[in-house]
Amino acid sequence: MFGQLSSATGVLGSVFHLDGHPRYVHAGWFLISVSNLVVILLMIAVFVLAIALPFPGNRRKRNQ
Amino acid sequence: MSSPDVPVDPTWTGRVREAAVSTLPPEQLLPDTQPAYVSSWIYIFGVLTLSAFVVVLVSGAVIALAGPAWWHGSSLGHFVNSAHLWSTELFFFFMVVHLWGKFFTAAWRGRRALTWITGAVAFLVSIGAAFTGYLTQQNFDSQWIGTQAKDGLNAAGVGAFFNVLNYGQMLLWHVLLLPFVVALLTGLHVLLVRRRGICPPLPIEEDTK
Repeated sequence: MFGQLSSATGVLGSVFHLDGHPRYVHAGWFLISVSNLVVILLMIAVFVLAIALPFPGNRRKRNQ
Repeated sequence: MSSPDVPVDPTWTGRVREAAVSTLPPEQLLPDTQPAYVSSWIYIFGVLTLSAFVVVLVSGAVIALAGPAWWHGSSLGHFVNSAHLWSTELFFFFMVVHLWGKFFTAAWRGRRALTWITGAVAFLVSIGAAFTGYLTQQNFDSQWIGTQAKDGLNAAGVGAFFNVLNYGQMLLWHVLLLPFVVALLTGLHVLLVRRRGICPPLPIEEDTK
């Protein structure tokens, strides 16, 4: 089981290059690593979706 | 102040019980219904944060029991160590979305200031808990973080009692002091949410033309 797990992480490691130099977004005074920027953008996306998407069962309650 | 007609319990345990039950009645502590406005995805991020925190604590307890040779040297150890890391990542992810949701609905309204404050302080202490975790990984990454952090913390004047290059001290902050404070604040935060109720959305203002 855990042999399969380590082979799965090996596949992930081949897809995502983890040993290279870190990449940054740099514009004037603004400097952020790509990984941190991705996490922040994901949080904003999840926040917007959590407000915009309808909650299951809400329509039924409104119709009652 | 007690009424002369109501007998006061002579024992301190009884008085504590009466105070606890009157402050937080069982139906308020474990409610079976919630207001309609809670039916929104934005309201699930508090409990998601709490769930991730439970996984952090359980996976942390397992790697503490088994020790560094296990979490660095075996497949199962790597797995549980990674579960500890990724549950921490999710803990912060969910907590930040929860924080934004509460900030933009001004969730400190309706005598909920202490709920807001306990949540904010728990967030700050959690950053310290995660930081000491990165310091105790026992790899080059933790050495780099420690040597980078020491100058800033020494300049802030806290190096005498919070020395990031002292592995034993950082490990004890990480596995005992900070998780205890985070758990205490989280428990208080949840009890306050039960006491004051979940904050309703902001009212829609009518157009004033």
